[in-house]
Amino acid sequence: MGLQRNSDTPTIVKIEKVIDETPTVRTLVFSDEVLSNVSPGQFAMVWIPGINELPMSVMISQEKGKAAFTVRKHGLASTELYSLKVGEQIGVRGPYGNSFTIKQGKLLLVGGGTGLVPLIRLLTFLKKTDDVTLLVGSKTKNEVFFEKMANQILEHNKHQVIVVTEDGSYGKTGLVTEVMENLLSQIKFDAVYTCGPEKMMHKVVQLASSKNIYVEASIERMMKCGMGLCGSCCFGEVLACRDGTVFDGKYLLTNKEFGYTHRNKAGILENY
Amino acid sequence: MKPDISTEVGSIKIERPTMLASGILGISLEVFDRLYKEGAGALVTKSLSKEPWEGYPNPTVVGVKAGYLNAVGLSNPGAPYFAKMISSNKTVPIIVSLVGSIPEDFDIMIKQFENVKILGYELNLSCPHVEKVGLEVGDDPELVHKIVKSVKAKSKVPIIAKVGLGSSDYLETVRVACEAGVDAITAINTVRAMAIDVETTRPILSHKIGGLSGSAIKPIAVRCVYEISSKFDMPVIGCGGVSSWEDAIEFILAGASAVQIGSALVDKWVGVFSEINNGISKYMEKKNFSKIKDMVGIAKKF
Repeated sequence: MGLQRNSDTPTIVKIEKVIDETPTVRTLVFSDEVLSNVSPGQFAMVWIPGINELPMSVMISQEKGKAAFTVRKHGLASTELYSLKVGEQIGVRGPYGNSFTIKQGKLLLVGGGTGLVPLIRLLTFLKKTDDVTLLVGSKTKNEVFFEKMANQILEHNKHQVIVVTEDGSYGKTGLVTEVMENLLSQIKFDAVYTCGPEKMMHKVVQLASSKNIYVEASIERMMKCGMGLCGSCCFGEVLACRDGTVFDGKYLLTNKEFGYTHRNKAGILENY
Repeated sequence: MKPDISTEVGSIKIERPTMLASGILGISLEVFDRLYKEGAGALVTKSLSKEPWEGYPNPTVVGVKAGYLNAVGLSNPGAPYFAKMISSNKTVPIIVSLVGSIPEDFDIMIKQFENVKILGYELNLSCPHVEKVGLEVGDDPELVHKIVKSVKAKSKVPIIAKVGLGSSDYLETVRVACEAGVDAITAINTVRAMAIDVETTRPILSHKIGGLSGSAIKPIAVRCVYEISSKFDMPVIGCGGVSSWEDAIEFILAGASAVQIGSALVDKWVGVFSEINNGISKYMEKKNFSKIKDMVGIAKKF
């Protein structure tokens, strides 16, 4: 665990750099010593003043003392965050949540969309002796991001970064989980990590578990406080913000909500 | 002999004196079951309304010095959904918190729970950040009287009134609630408060004004429990900034038969209940108290 902030009040930071990753995904870089040092999988609550506050996995920045958020514009709040310009301010509190368990050996990481964020951070925590495979899932070519960055981080490792697009416009064609299934039949992995759409993670956990491979997933739920008070992110008997967001596959497969349901703002279960 | 930490709040009997406060973590039976196993004596649900409420946009909860500020906006899945969700409950001691504006709101909700196993109802007369309910009801003695009387006539289980500090004298609210037939009082709710970020010059909460909880309000809550139990012959549940066994004992000495815990979960997480229960037990052993009731309100004799 890195540094801890001594309060849960938002700290105001200024956006210093905006990187276009795809036509709908941007990375916002800012200076914050605490968030620059978080463990892979931890998140921050990000206040967009006057708009909303969102839980965001903390993205790496390649500069010391800096951190970043990578955001896809889809809802009102994420679109506002995405649209922020250099010099504009946001509030951050956290880090919150647990993190991925660092294993060694032959490691497989399976990410979909902005679910790649904690996995990219995880890459920076791996040993040079690890043999790393990263699967990047995307709908189409122009939505692929972080491929080059992943290859750079892993340049001294034995590694492969495999992009999979659903429409076949880039890399392999199909679903990441189909490619994963293939890999599992050829390579004996020591651990699997995943973050992305829950249906995808559910499949990844099932596949890894069926081969008795240790697997962890970072799950997402409706979050309000981020600290274990409001209960909005309850996921069976656990709280995503406090007991997670990372859970191991053995636990996940006992959780009836995993892969099937999540709660809305009022706390009513809805199907994925 | 090991001290007995079970307690009675009027006719509500619980195995341990530490309850989960309303508004905290209370939206699934699985979480209640876990907290009960972790040592909570009873679980108070989020305040339920007739229909589902989404609550306010974020930020809804932030830290401030010595506490937390929240305006979640009473988000809840609604009484009908909730009653169905906990209908299979057999073992968990649940107190259902209800929020509404008029007696009829409460009548409708009580019907939903007729065949559900619960210990009692806690009427939220004190939420400080939602219009037309909570504190706005608590500040109107005539309305409090009507609601309590109506709920009392229809409920088969005990009724607790949760009071807070509003614009009228809270002791008047307590008096009216007692007169109308409540079985116990929970004191207090969060205290109306706000925080402004100096860098952006904006109020931090989306609702601007919210309620303050945690250590900052504990001495206020202790004072209220002391005043209520001094003036009325009515069981009191202490709530506000309980984060250690010493805090719990302080409330008991002031006159509380049990305490509720909320904000302390941030620092101590679910272990907070057993930690406080064990501390209470050790204190009783050291001070030769065999039952909780032997300690309730004894600070009043000085």
